[in-house]
Amino acid sequence: MSLRDQPGPFFGDFGGRFMPESLIAAIDELAAAYESAKADPGFQAELAELHRTYTGRPSLITEVPRFAEHAGGARIILKREDLNHTGSHKINNVLGQALLTRRIGKKRVIAETGAGQHGVATATAAALFGLECTIFMGEVDTQRQALNVARMRLLGAEVVSVTTGSRTLKDAINEAYREWVTSVETTNYVFGTAAGPHPFPAMVRDFQKIIGEEAREQVLALTGRLPDAVAACVGGGSNAIGIFHAFLDDADVKLYGFEAAGDGVDTERHAASIERGRPGILHGARSYLLQDEDGQTIESHSISAGLDYPGVGPEHAFLADAGRAEYLPATDTEAMEALRLLSRTEGIIPAIESAHALAGALRLGRELGPDAIILVNLSGRGDKDVATAGEWFDLFDEGAVQS
Amino acid sequence: MSATPLSVGTRIAERRIDGRGVLVGYLPVGFPDLATSIDAAVALVENGVDAIELGLPYSDPVMDGIAIQQATQVALSAGFRIRDVFTAVEAVRSRVDAPVLVMTYWNPVVQYGADRFADQLRDAGGAGLITPDITPDSAADWIATSVRTGLDRVFLAAPSSTDERLKLTVENSRGFVYAVSTMGITGARADVAASARTLVERLRAAGAENTCVGIGISRGDQVAEVLEYADGAIVGSALVTALAERGVAGVAATAAELATGLRSGTARPQAH
Repeated sequence: MSLRDQPGPFFGDFGGRFMPESLIAAIDELAAAYESAKADPGFQAELAELHRTYTGRPSLITEVPRFAEHAGGARIILKREDLNHTGSHKINNVLGQALLTRRIGKKRVIAETGAGQHGVATATAAALFGLECTIFMGEVDTQRQALNVARMRLLGAEVVSVTTGSRTLKDAINEAYREWVTSVETTNYVFGTAAGPHPFPAMVRDFQKIIGEEAREQVLALTGRLPDAVAACVGGGSNAIGIFHAFLDDADVKLYGFEAAGDGVDTERHAASIERGRPGILHGARSYLLQDEDGQTIESHSISAGLDYPGVGPEHAFLADAGRAEYLPATDTEAMEALRLLSRTEGIIPAIESAHALAGALRLGRELGPDAIILVNLSGRGDKDVATAGEWFDLFDEGAVQS
Repeated sequence: MSATPLSVGTRIAERRIDGRGVLVGYLPVGFPDLATSIDAAVALVENGVDAIELGLPYSDPVMDGIAIQQATQVALSAGFRIRDVFTAVEAVRSRVDAPVLVMTYWNPVVQYGADRFADQLRDAGGAGLITPDITPDSAADWIATSVRTGLDRVFLAAPSSTDERLKLTVENSRGFVYAVSTMGITGARADVAASARTLVERLRAAGAENTCVGIGISRGDQVAEVLEYADGAIVGSALVTALAERGVAGVAATAAELATGLRSGTARPQAH
């Protein structure tokens, strides 16, 4: 069977729909609407037209030889999702779900966000489609991503700072679920990653798989062959499944997901769910999860707000167990070094999330050697991360204040 | 102790003979500490509560409002462990005559092992589980385990549930069906939503024998109102808030006030 043909709700032992009864009707409605949209050429055409005229698709690929000198001389090619409108791959999914929201006749959307990339994308789509929009963001993240909070508000969205639990992405999802239970008659939940209950993992993947479909053709056209390896960062895993998907049945193309290792996977401060977690149920699906002996979720840690999540999408859990993709850690320090290296060698400032994939590519290149071609998903741009990088590398003048 | 568990359904049937419904009270284990949470649960029964729900504190309680979130967070921060639930169930059962259910999100049970959890709960004298974040179609393991152990399995029904799903919920529940009064999370509300009455009627049409209504009930008059059409009224956040603010004496007083709704409540006609 083709690995590309997995409709959910289960991916091997992972996935499912473990949800409160109050939300089942809405999830069923969404699943049915998505099935009908998927088969509707009108829906697909409208989404494609939006991507052409609004997102800016197809996104470029860029070969980065000066960066690649630091990766054992392997050829490194970036898929430039950072050039999309709103600055990341998140827009691919959000436009699809916004069209679906209109199709089921709801006038309001809610979403969770970590780094703010998905929140900004959702607020953007809500503005474009004339929908009311509320974004839930952990208080820790509203502080480290203050610029994105302002962006969302500028776009007309309400931003709710979540002060419960660890005050990061997982708690933003909890709060969004609570709001959804309360307002489900009028409100659609635009989920940001390929996790959560069915139909989200399959639906978000389908909206993101355009990344890999474009990149596969582009790399073939540029190099005359398929890449040896594809690398992407993995939090929930939407950009990774998006670029992996087109290559799943290309057995010779190795797939690598890089999880946020924070201070290191042997410390207590990381977000490496597949590397250090075990199967459990969180946010509606069975997947790898950072949890204690009693099944209490353990708080994750990463310098990257977008990867700071203790779970991972179920299709990645399946691909890991099946041996089709390999999931490796990249620490805060490795990611920040890769961020600076790409900035200085190629003039491209990546998102800290994507810098985890770049850090991985540097290691892969040294392993695979100079004949290798490595495709890296540059899932987002680093504008939002300049303050974090400024502090990390001590780039600010003493006493300077942004005005 | 591994006798047949005392089902909440049995207690509902006994009260029905007396011509009244039941009052079900929720408190989380380990809040503000294990011993006090046990004393508080005992105080509920001593002040008129017919059945207890002991909440298992969980890191990601998506169906709970702020009162219960804060209490369970206190319990977790103080080092709550799953085994404390069995300690609490056994202690409450040894001190008062009331069935004790455990209300739990699903992952802790999965990680403990559903069979192991069920065996220890039964041995402690527990009645069964209320499972707010799974539905019968995602709970095959638990259904098999509860059949084996004779424990109650209380699934939730919502105003948004289709008739087909209500039927599924009724067929797979044992003890009672938990009717969620409104589309929302736990927490006290000024009025119990009219949707509760409609949902209970729909559950009866789907074949439900016992239906208890929860979410938003915080006063004796609301208990009385709900018992006009349902077999039981479930109160959680109001008790948790009373315990947080005024200790065991406070939660006892709140339980006594809620129980006034039992005396003034009109017994539901038995024919159904």
